[in-house]
Amino acid sequence: MRLDGKGQIDRNSPVSFSFDGRRYQGFAGDTLASALLAHDVRLVARSFKYHRPRGVLTAGSEEPNALVTVGQGAAQDPNIRATTLELFDGLEARSQNRWPSLEWDLLALNDLGAPFLGAGFYYKTFMWPRAFWEKLYEPVIRRAAGLGALSGQHNADTYERAHAHCDLLVIGAGPAGLMAAKLAADSGADVILCDEDTRTGGRLNADTQEIDGLPGALWAEEITAELAAMENVRIMTRTTVTGAYDGGTYGALERLPHAVASRKGAPKETFWRIVAGQAVLAAGALERPVAFRNNDRPGIMMASAVRAYVNRWAVSPGRAVTLFGNTDSIHRTAADLIDAGVHVAALIDARPDATCDLDLRFYPGGQVCDSAGRKGLEAISIATPSGIDKIQTDCLAMSGGWNPSVHLTCHMNGRPVWNPEIAAFVPQPGMVPGLTAAGACNGQFSTHQCLTDGLTAATTALQALGRRAAALKSPRAEDTPYAITPLWSVPGKGRAWLDFQNDVTVKDVKQAATENFRSVEHMKRYTTQGMATDQGKSSNTAALAVLADATGRSIPGTGTTTFRPPYVPTAIAAMGAHAQGTGFAPQRFTTSHRASLDAGAPMIEAGLWYRPSVFPAPGETHWRQSCDREVGMVRNAVGVCDVSTLGKIDIQGPDAAKLLDFVYTNRFSSLKPGRCRYGLMLREDGHVMDDGTTARLGEHHYVMTTTTAAAAQVMRHLEFTHQALHPEWDVSLISVTEQWAQFAVAGPKSRDLLNGLLDKPLSNDNFPFMACGPASIKGTKARLFRISFSGEQAYEIAVPARFGDSLFRQLVARAETLDGGAYGMEALNVLRIEKGFLTHAELHGRTTAFDLGMARMISDAKDCIGKTAAQRPGLTDPDREQLVGLKPVGAIKQLTAGAHLFTAGDAPTRENAQGYVTSVAFSPTLGHFMGLAFVQRGPARLGEVITLVDHLRGITTRVEICDPVFFDQDGGRARG
Amino acid sequence: MADLTAKTPCAGLLPLSIGTLTLTEVDPGHMTAVAPLKGQTSALSEALKTAHGMALPAPNRATGKDGARTIWFGHAHSLLIGPAPDPSLAQYAALTDQSDAWAVVRLEGPGAADVLARLTPLDLRAPQFKRGHTARTDLMHMMASITRTGPQAFQIMVFRSMAHTLVHDLKTAIEAVTARAG
Amino acid sequence: MRIICPHCGARDRREFTYQGDAVALERPAPDAGGAAWDDYLHNRENPAGVTRDLWYHEQGCGAWLVVTRNTVTHAVLTTDLAATVREGLA
Repeated sequence: MRLDGKGQIDRNSPVSFSFDGRRYQGFAGDTLASALLAHDVRLVARSFKYHRPRGVLTAGSEEPNALVTVGQGAAQDPNIRATTLELFDGLEARSQNRWPSLEWDLLALNDLGAPFLGAGFYYKTFMWPRAFWEKLYEPVIRRAAGLGALSGQHNADTYERAHAHCDLLVIGAGPAGLMAAKLAADSGADVILCDEDTRTGGRLNADTQEIDGLPGALWAEEITAELAAMENVRIMTRTTVTGAYDGGTYGALERLPHAVASRKGAPKETFWRIVAGQAVLAAGALERPVAFRNNDRPGIMMASAVRAYVNRWAVSPGRAVTLFGNTDSIHRTAADLIDAGVHVAALIDARPDATCDLDLRFYPGGQVCDSAGRKGLEAISIATPSGIDKIQTDCLAMSGGWNPSVHLTCHMNGRPVWNPEIAAFVPQPGMVPGLTAAGACNGQFSTHQCLTDGLTAATTALQALGRRAAALKSPRAEDTPYAITPLWSVPGKGRAWLDFQNDVTVKDVKQAATENFRSVEHMKRYTTQGMATDQGKSSNTAALAVLADATGRSIPGTGTTTFRPPYVPTAIAAMGAHAQGTGFAPQRFTTSHRASLDAGAPMIEAGLWYRPSVFPAPGETHWRQSCDREVGMVRNAVGVCDVSTLGKIDIQGPDAAKLLDFVYTNRFSSLKPGRCRYGLMLREDGHVMDDGTTARLGEHHYVMTTTTAAAAQVMRHLEFTHQALHPEWDVSLISVTEQWAQFAVAGPKSRDLLNGLLDKPLSNDNFPFMACGPASIKGTKARLFRISFSGEQAYEIAVPARFGDSLFRQLVARAETLDGGAYGMEALNVLRIEKGFLTHAELHGRTTAFDLGMARMISDAKDCIGKTAAQRPGLTDPDREQLVGLKPVGAIKQLTAGAHLFTAGDAPTRENAQGYVTSVAFSPTLGHFMGLAFVQRGPARLGEVITLVDHLRGITTRVEICDPVFFDQDGGRARG
Repeated sequence: MADLTAKTPCAGLLPLSIGTLTLTEVDPGHMTAVAPLKGQTSALSEALKTAHGMALPAPNRATGKDGARTIWFGHAHSLLIGPAPDPSLAQYAALTDQSDAWAVVRLEGPGAADVLARLTPLDLRAPQFKRGHTARTDLMHMMASITRTGPQAFQIMVFRSMAHTLVHDLKTAIEAVTARAG
Repeated sequence: MRIICPHCGARDRREFTYQGDAVALERPAPDAGGAAWDDYLHNRENPAGVTRDLWYHEQGCGAWLVVTRNTVTHAVLTTDLAATVREGLA
């Protein structure tokens, strides 16, 4: 029920929302949880395994019960915590894990079957018959278990990633965090202050204590305003720091308010990577429940949460509230309830020596041992020295003490230490380099302690940053000592819940111990304790205590489980924002991209590049028609192809030739200026890395061409060779791939085409095969190379990229007047296979110069990278698989790449394999399929008919081993 | 036979203006990679000063001003932007024409750094990355050069072939930052 | 993870490309023999502790670096230009 005259809600801004189809009204400032509680909606969810009725337990991101699904269709977002979901107008939330409805859930039958569904039931129950697991058991279990469901549709929401940098990151804006941020900011440091709540203040918003005579929340507001006015401070609310990573890097998830997120172009969430010189962790502490029989009924809540609902949201979760626990938290809650005019039915303090000055029914040394009620709490049973008392109540506020939120300090493999005085784990200093814990997460529980600890932590951080701390005094605040008598579970029969989200009870943990799962990590996995989306925030310590008790060990002797990022569930969509669809990788377009699209060419991806596969002519309906025509065009007339994607590296300097001689197997120092040479490059392990032609433009100036695929790798390799092996060489390497738009003009009419275009005419004499040099087109400087990847008379002409589009269009137009035209990747591939030229299908990383029939290209007269290793006997073994050509001789004429090769008559099994096919194509020139393959002792087996088997495509046929050069074996056409 | 016509890397993509932010293509003029020969760094710097009025920049720095600027461009070279390189430089450095290799854009307006923070891990805080500072860094998986040319202005360069992606990514980030601002 | 590039300062790990052990700087002579080449090419320590490896500042200044780091704590201890390290070996 809503209380009068309190809270941080805006009663002038009513907000309409729905839950499970029913419409309700709340106020701006409400969460879904507070608004539902205001309407006395207590049943909000069904539990994971037993489908037990569940209600709101907490008021924060640790909530294990109140998970809902928001939105419809593609925008459906499951497992949203109602306790942190800000209410907005039109919000539609639905409960989860129930059928047909939350009130009447048929799978609540699971609860009756509970004796059979305890820890490890999966492992024991569904063992037989074996075949039933996949077909029956698993599908049934999957349907019954689990919480919210994904829509199965493409997520239409926008997410983003962003980076931020600061001197000091303060995680948590409660009293400790605010003080740390203020001191650091006053001292001139660049500060980022993050808090997962919608506002700063932390517990000050939920409690009533004063700081410097002001209500805590007001004090927080004032200091926040001061911070916000400073240029060196950035306050990030609604931002949960989710993980601590190496080098002072922190992950943080920011949820944008609905009003902002619904604007066009705005993201729903932003995943921040924050790099901080130092960090102060002021993440606070989480109150922990007490395990007692039926402690999971709707209406049983954390005492601190009840206080938060009363003070911050002006909601009383009950009309007759009882309190149970072992710290002063329950007394504080009782006092606030009484102040708010709510009836408090009883206060049960498990500490035998407890006193109470409130006017209410008080049970010192008492323990709540059971609860009753159908879909919500109606009564509790109290074990007293004189027997069992039953009290009617609709809300029980419980407190089993506080667990410091040490999570982030453990993200780099650190373990917290047990502090018996507060019966909780606290961080060890230095577990995350540069991170200092302060306040409640550091085991400092009074407001005064938090404030001073924040100052101390900031001073430490400032020192590490090399800054002098400014003068700042800690304000006055309460300093009540923390008194706790540990109480983990109330003895008795029945099921007492530890992990509400995964339905793990005290009994389950004890059973794990009985079955010898005594290690905490084993117990966790056997029972699933702490493995739900709340990561056991409210249950891990109690479960550990129960395990310690069951195995006769101390809590620190039993250990802790490991906390890993993220601190709260984080959408993969946020962490991987932008990395979907076209954002997955940059797209590289050649200068002829537009012209190719205009010509109707389908584009294919080649690494990051987009290249035309074919240029379909009118009437062509299949790519093979276009490809065959384009091949014929190049063989008989002239074709134009954009080859700008090949890597081009400018190599300049007095030692340029030395570098080339060292990275290529063959010599380049002997190459004359104005000439090109084919080069083969090895990895140091003797295998081929890449090939290409390199031109010598001047005495100290070469330009190297790499394959498209290996361009970056070769650049890296050349830089490595220079910097890490021969820094003494005077040579510089600059990629010029992007500077030049380069086009192959290939075919018997290629010279005719160029001669109408170039300012100076070409002849075979003044520009023979493998010549290179400057050229010009209407005064525009160009580079011309007489090189051929098709085996035809061919040129490559390069112009500054700004002219690429224009030149390509003109080249194609001229080619068309000569019965030629543009050709794409498919034709380029056919042309090179006809000539036995190589690509990375053959240079796939496991082939050597020997395998490729190029052993003679490794110069005897000089050292080069890979030479020594290439001479190892294993890499020159005549039995190795070596490059050959294949042509079909069987009934099936189609060859397939990836097929394996077998000696005729052998069974097609792995141990009989003789080799494999790397490239195939139909040759319109020859009128049949052809293939390149690697075959054991291949060159010695020319003419032998072997069997090609493609197990994947179900093809078996006979092929003849032949020379890998299918066409124009003496190379006369290229020289003509 | 028609003349060859030139097209800029971002032709048809820019300019754009969203909220308070503008993204425009810069015509850089000439761009020349200047890689000093061994032992010639100071001589090159002197020659650069004489010929173009600016010294060779130190790592992560740019010298000169709009129209004639040299930016540090990597471990072994700088990029002279604007004038055609004076022939006197060639005796001290390897010169490579890069005029067509890079798409050059200018992002300007309040929130420009916030836009870039969505795309690059670089620390762009004003005290750390002042006017005249430059960096080679990653911009959405693209090799980039980012130079602060004003309090709210950055020059951003990526490979010419990636101009389309650059504009797309910047536009998305500008829209997000603008939407947040309300 | 952050790596301090001697040219560019502390930069995000994603700007760098990992290569492998810094032993790659110590290329044996062609006639050093099979064992030396085997060690150079294949045999690697896998220490739980301090290790030296090569990174390439590919999305940055293009410098090859020798990074000394701890495989247990992930601390990056020192970074040097590979060229400087190599010159020291020569």
